Amino acid sequence: MSLPDDPPASAVPIKRKRSRFELGLTGIALLIPIALFVIVLFLGQYAWQAIGFNGIRFIGTIDWSLGNLYMNPVVTRGYSVPLGANYGILAFIVGTLFSSFLALLFALPVAVGTAIFLAEAAPERLRPALSLLVELVAVVPSVVFGLWGIYVLAPLISHYIGPGITAVLGFIPFFNIHNSTGSGFGLLAAAIVLALMITPIIATTLYDALRQVPRELRESAVALGATRFEVVTKTMLPTVRVTLVGGVVLGLGRALGETMAVLMVSGGALNYLPKTLFTPISTMAAFILSQLDSALGDPTNMAVKSLAEIALVLFLITLAVNALARVIVRGATFVRNV
Amino acid sequence: MIVSAVGWGLCGFAFLLVAVPLLDLVLTVVIKGAAAFSIKLFTTSSNGVKGGLLAAIVGTTVLSLGSLVFAVPIGVGAGLYLSEYGQNRLGSVVRFLSDTLTGMPSVVLGYFSYITMVIGFGWQFSALAGSITLAIMIVPYLARITELSLQRVPVAMREAAFALGAQERTVAFRVVLSAGLPGVITGVLLGLAISVGETAPLIYTAGWSNYVWNGKFIHQPIGYLTYVIWTFIDQPYKSAHALAFAAALLVMLVVLAINIGVRLVLRPKV
Repeated sequence: MSLPDDPPASAVPIKRKRSRFELGLTGIALLIPIALFVIVLFLGQYAWQAIGFNGIRFIGTIDWSLGNLYMNPVVTRGYSVPLGANYGILAFIVGTLFSSFLALLFALPVAVGTAIFLAEAAPERLRPALSLLVELVAVVPSVVFGLWGIYVLAPLISHYIGPGITAVLGFIPFFNIHNSTGSGFGLLAAAIVLALMITPIIATTLYDALRQVPRELRESAVALGATRFEVVTKTMLPTVRVTLVGGVVLGLGRALGETMAVLMVSGGALNYLPKTLFTPISTMAAFILSQLDSALGDPTNMAVKSLAEIALVLFLITLAVNALARVIVRGATFVRNV
Repeated sequence: MIVSAVGWGLCGFAFLLVAVPLLDLVLTVVIKGAAAFSIKLFTTSSNGVKGGLLAAIVGTTVLSLGSLVFAVPIGVGAGLYLSEYGQNRLGSVVRFLSDTLTGMPSVVLGYFSYITMVIGFGWQFSALAGSITLAIMIVPYLARITELSLQRVPVAMREAAFALGAQERTVAFRVVLSAGLPGVITGVLLGLAISVGETAPLIYTAGWSNYVWNGKFIHQPIGYLTYVIWTFIDQPYKSAHALAFAAALLVMLVVLAINIGVRLVLRPKV
C-alpha cells in the first residue's frame, strides 16, 4: 500500500477564496482606518499655512495674540496676517502637561489603594456593588464633572483646601493661595477633576489584574509566613506592575485630551505660566474650544488655522501616549469588557 | 501588624476618596436638579436664561439617535469583520487604529468636523454634522465591544451551521450575530450613553438653538442638554443654574440607567 502522492497538507499554501460577503465586511471595517487618516489629513492640510507661518515660535513662545484685527493684514514672513499676530502655545502645553501629571500624582496612589481594597479587603457580598461604584465614576460625562467642579470643588478649594495647604506649606510661594486670585479655579481644581476622571481607569485595570494573580502564588507567600498585607504588596503588586504602568499611561492619554471639565474649572488663563498651585491655567484642548469664536474674527484665517495646528499637535501627543500604553499592555483593549 | 493595619486603612481611605466625590456629585445633581423639575420644564423651550428644556431634550434625542443610525451598521459590521475574518495582519491594523480613534480627544474630532462638514461642505451648524461627529466617536467602541461578544460564541455553533450547508452570510447574521446579540445591544446602549453625555464635539458642529428642532438636517443649528449645563451654570441667575442642574439630572439619569442596567443584566453570576 502506498500513500497517495499528494504532498503533505502543510506544504500547500491554502489559498482561500474570499467571498463577496467577507469583502463587504472588510470594506466596512476599513472605514475606521480611513476615517482616522482623513481626520489627520484634513487637519494637517488645514493647518499647513499656520505650520509654515508659526514655525518653532508655535511651541517656543507663550504669547497668543490675534494681532490688530481692525487694520488691513500685513505680510509677515511671507504670509498675510493681522499686524502683531503671534500664535505661541507654550503656556497651554505647560498647562496641559502640568495638570495631567499632577492628576496622575493624585490618581496613582488612590487608584492602587482602591484596587487593593476592592480585590482584597471588600466583603465578598459587597464587592460587586463597590466595584460598580468605582466603574460609574468613569462614565460620568465630562461636563457634569465640570458642573460639580464649579459648584462644589472650586468653593471647597477657595475656602478650605487652599487655606489649608497655605497654612502648612505657605512659606513656599508656589503653595501660597495669597499669591493667586484665590477663586479656587485653577491648576489644582483642574488636576483634582482630572484625577477623579482617570482614577477609575487605573483602578479597574489594576483590579482586574489583581483578581487574576494565580492562587498558588498567594498560598506560597502565606506559607512563608507573610501577613495578608505583605502578600498583596510584596507578592501580588510586583506581578501586575506592567499592567499598572499600562493603566497609568492610558489614564494619562485621557487626561491630556480632556476638554469640558478642565475648561470649566481651570480659570482659562491666557499668556502666562502658572506661578502657584492655585493660578488659572489653560490646556490645549480647552483652548481650542474656548478660542474658536474669537479666532473667527481674523479675516486672514491664520488664527483658525493655528487652532487646527494645536488640534494636530494634541492628537499626535495622545496618539503617542496611547500607542505606548498599548505596547506596554499587549492585547489590552481600550474598551473594557463589562 | 501595625504596618498591615495602617496599610489596609489607607486602602479603605483611597476607596472613599473615589466613592465620596461620586456620591456627592450624584446627590448634588439629584437634589438641585429635581428641585427644578416641573411640567413647564418638559413642555416649553428656554428663552434667554429662563423657561424649559423642551428644545434641548428633543435635540439630544435627535443627535444621539441620529448618531446611532450611522454608527450601528458600521460599528457592528466592523466588529463582525474583526471577530469572523480579522485574525490576520489587516485585522490587527484595524484593531490598533480603532483604539487610536477611541483615544482621540473629542475636541480634536469636533474641530475636524467643523472645518470639513460645517465649513467645507457648507452644512453650517446642523443636526447632521453633530450626528456624524458623534458617530465617528462611538463606531470604534461599538466595533470592539461587538468583536468581544461575538468571539464568545462557540466555534462549534459556526461549524454546525456550515455543516448544514448554510451560507457565510447566514452563519454570520443568523447564528453568530443572533447568539452574540446581548453583547451587541450592550455596545449600542453604551454608545448611546456616550453620545448623550458628550459636549465638546458638538459645540462647533451642532451649534445651539432655543427653538425645537424643525426637521431640517442641515443649515439649522440644534440645541442639546449638555450645552445647557456648560453655558447656563456660568450665568449669574438662579433660573439659569436651575436649568443647568435639571439638564445635568436628565443626562445623568440616562447615562447611569444605561450603565447600571447593562452591568446588572450582563454581570456573570459567580
